[in-house]
Order: sequence, then C-alpha cells, then structure tokens
Amino acid sequence: MAGNVWVVADHWKGTISEATYEVLALGRSLADSLGVRLEAVLLGHGVRGLTASLGTADSVLYVDHPALADATGEQASRALAALASARVPAAILVPTTNVSWDLLGLLPGRLGVPLISFCRDVEAIDGALQVSCLLYGGKMAVTVAAGPGPVVLAVLPGTRSPDSGRSAAVPAVEETSVDLADDSRLRLLEFEEPEAGDVDITKQDVLVAVGRGITVEANIEVAEELASALGGAVCGSRPVIDQGWLPLVRQVGKSGVTVKPRLYVAAGISGAPEHVEGMKDSEVIIAVNTDAGAPIFSVAHYGIVDDATDVLEALAEAVRKRKG
Amino acid sequence: MKILVLMKMVPDIVEELEVAGDGTSLDQEYLRFIVNERDDYALEQALLLKDRLQAAVIVVAPEAPEVDDVLHTALAKGADRVIRVSGIAATAGTRSTVSALAATLPGIPGVLPADLVLSGCQAIDDLDGFMAPLLAGALDLPYLGLVSRITVDPGAGTAVVAKEYSGGVMGRFEVALPAFLGVQGCEKPPRYVPIAKVRAAMASGGIEVVAAASGPATTPLEVTAMAKPEATGHAEMLEGSVRDVAEKVADILAARGLL
Repeated sequence: MAGNVWVVADHWKGTISEATYEVLALGRSLADSLGVRLEAVLLGHGVRGLTASLGTADSVLYVDHPALADATGEQASRALAALASARVPAAILVPTTNVSWDLLGLLPGRLGVPLISFCRDVEAIDGALQVSCLLYGGKMAVTVAAGPGPVVLAVLPGTRSPDSGRSAAVPAVEETSVDLADDSRLRLLEFEEPEAGDVDITKQDVLVAVGRGITVEANIEVAEELASALGGAVCGSRPVIDQGWLPLVRQVGKSGVTVKPRLYVAAGISGAPEHVEGMKDSEVIIAVNTDAGAPIFSVAHYGIVDDATDVLEALAEAVRKRKG
Repeated sequence: MKILVLMKMVPDIVEELEVAGDGTSLDQEYLRFIVNERDDYALEQALLLKDRLQAAVIVVAPEAPEVDDVLHTALAKGADRVIRVSGIAATAGTRSTVSALAATLPGIPGVLPADLVLSGCQAIDDLDGFMAPLLAGALDLPYLGLVSRITVDPGAGTAVVAKEYSGGVMGRFEVALPAFLGVQGCEKPPRYVPIAKVRAAMASGGIEVVAAASGPATTPLEVTAMAKPEATGHAEMLEGSVRDVAEKVADILAARGLL
C-alpha cells in the first residue's frame, strides 16, 4: 500500500473540531503501522492559520478557494476528490460531524471509492485495512476488510482522546490549488443562532436527560421535577427533540451540544453513538432503560432496568425527602 | 411542483437483534423492519409542502419486508403516487441500492424530473454509504443534508432550507431547484393517520410496482464479522423495586455530594 493516510481537518467558525484531533490520533497510529506519511487536509478560505494545530500529521495539504468558504459538502467534496484523484491516498479519514456530513456523503460517489461508515477503529493487518464499525444504533459491531485501493472512512467521535491528537510540533504546510467551477445552486445566506433565553445545558452541574423511553410529552414534567429537586435542568436525545417536546438547544449529541455535568441521568435513552458522543465524559452517569441490553449501560456508571418515568418519579421523591 | 420522496426499510432495533449462522449478517428469521425514521420525516416535509403549494408527492421505496404497509400509509397521509421497486434485495447495501435506483428512476413515467427529491440523510444500516447524497450525485442534483426546514418559492425556482450544525445553530441556504435534500428533521413530527384510512388505501391497491433496472455493478464491502459489541465497561446495575432503586441512587448521590 503506497498511498499515505489522510485526515480531513474538520473546522467551523475558525476552529478545528475536537473530533479532528481524535481522528488525527487514529490516523497517526494507522500511518505508522502502514509505514506511510500522515497528511492532514485542510479545505477552506482564509484559514491557513488553522494548520498550526495539526502537527500530529507529518504535513498539511492546504487548499484555499473562495468556493470553500461556505462549508458545503458540494464544493468540498469536489476539491477533495480532485486532490485524491491526483495523489491517491490509501485511506481518507473524515470525522463524522455535522460540518463534514455532506462531504462524507458525496465524496465516495465523486471519487468512485468505497465508504465505510460508523468507524470506531481501524488497523492495518499485513498491509490491509481492517475496520471496526458500530451499526444499528450501536447494537452491533461489524468488522470490515477494506479492499485494495483508496477508501473513505467516516470516523465516529470518541475513537481516541483528542489530547492524543494534539501536538506542539509545527507541521510542514503545502498549499495547493484545485479548479472549482462556480456553483451557484447552493448559497449560504446566514447562520441562525438559537434563540436566547433558554437554559444553557452546557453550564449545568446536573442534567436529567430524557429519550424515547419516556413515551409521552406529559412525562417531561416528571423529569423537570427531578431536575428541580437536584438543582439541574432537563435535556434530551434526538427523538424527544424531533417530537417537539424540547427545543433543539436542549439536545445532547450530534446537532446538539456536548456536556460534562457532575451528574447525568439518562432516562429512556438507548445510547446510540450520536447521543453518547455528547455525554460520555459526564462525571457520574445513571441510566434507566427497560432494555437490559441497551448500549447506554456500557457508558453509564450505574444502571436500572425499569420504566424511566416510574424511576424518575420515585427518585424525585427520594431526593426531596432527603433534602427536607 | 413535484416532490419525489425516497424511503427505505431498516431493521427495527427495538427488537433484539441476533447474528446469523454465517457470523457476518443479521439473522433474518425474527427480524422486523420499519421505515427509516429520517425517511418518515422526509415524507412529512413533502406533505407539508404539498399542503402549502399543492405539490404532487411521489413516494418510491425499494422492495423490503413490510414496505407495503409504509407505502399504503404514505398514500393515506396524502401521497399522490407510491411505487415499490422490486428486485433490490433488502440486504443489498446502500451503494448497490443507489446504483439500481439511479438506473430505475429515470425510466418510471412521470417521476423525473422532480423539483425536489427528499430522503432521510442517514439510516442505521448505512455501512457503505448514505443513500441521499450518493443518489443525488448519481442524478446530478445539488445536495444539502441534515436539513430540518424547507420553504419553497415556486416562482423563483428556489428553496430556502435550514441545515443543522451543532449547538442548535442552523445554516440557512438558498438552493436552486431541482435539488436533492437529505432530511434530518421537520417542523413537526410525522402526522398520524387513522388506521381506517390506511385500510382504505390498502383496499384501493394503489401501489405501483416497477422492476429495478440494472445499474453499474458495485463491489460490496466484505464484512468479516458481526457481533454484539463488547462493552468496554458496564454500569453497576441497581436492582429492586422502583422505590428501592430510587433510595439506592439517592444514597449514591449523597455519598458523592450531589444532594
């Protein structure tokens, strides 16, 4: 396998994402075991300064183009496909974040190479890539043997510690250009910030998180009671946000926020990777779910197999009693 | 205005999943299929646009167990046409399914071109690619994913869509039509439809069936093993009545200074 390992540097609003450092750490070990170079690829416009933090890579390929300013997957995937067609990396590792989501989706088709998604690890065995993935909402682990030739890996958050992908080393930067035709079919108008006034769940010491298992909207009130007794706030996983029971700013995980409270009560949440990425570093995690096999119990410190609403109700009562 | 919605079935993960004897795939015997949740939101988004713009909504889904229930439900909700594409195995993989759909859709009378093509932006079984962006590329349509709000200006031939970033931040994009949008959410949850309306749709036999055309061959990924994930850690399980476990949790919180 002659090609290098590439890691696409995911960035937004002038900052490299934490997920990028995680994937750099993964890419570093893969490149070392293959005996090839690790190259970070940074696509954007006027963001050369971001290359300085990518020193875990041996070098950075930087593409600056006005068409890459809008963070759309259309133009980013064209740029990356052009670059990869010319240089033929062995593997392109891309963090699975909302910013890189469309790039990930479009790149394999443009480049004519396979995508392996939901990756949580990759290793080289006799020069061939063996990829570990989590499918079906985290309920099945799959091992995939990547065939010869380039492959795109969509890497889940949390595969490595982000700190292990940071380096004080200053990487060599190669600025290169690609031809991108104007494409006026997609145009960013603006970013809409969430409405102010709601609770900032990233600043709470205690969070009571609710998921599909609370079954009906009225049960949010039960979670509110427990949160109130503990001096915290209520947040939720995607199904609860989809139902409109809580606003998007209360969502933990992909599309939402990452939280690290002292206490995280996960009620009726199965523990899909998209949610776990946002709460796994909480100090104490207590999970309640009727499914004893729910992936959330692999992340939690304490688990209860029971109806989420019943347990929240009883716990609120127990807490109130102790607090007098 | 015409809106095409692509839906697919996925294993229901509320049910216990088991690995088949080959050690590399799901045991199909007890597998239940449900519609991909994001596709259901794509349908709802299309129906909302239909309500506002009198658009025609066409739903296409590859053949899969229980897919007819989903297509009948789509008809009952207000879809104008529902089409099942036969000859694509439910276990074919996303890449292969996209190849077949891209070859089939142009040959179905009245389906393409559509002003908008909507589909879920991901599915829980998308091991070898995401259907919406791959199909958008194959149909040469501009693509935007993680979309959760769509407004269309038919006169201008544009849509303004909200794409989810993180922390509740949305990117508002103007998209020239025709376009393909990968749907993540919607202004409201998928609508409820009474079972009587679904039965009426079933009685009408309104599903069109189209045989899949052959697309370019794709090489499937080689799955060498499938297993339930080995937990890197596991919670200490608290057992007893609801009251008992609540007291145990309160003890833990007190000991950690959280009360």
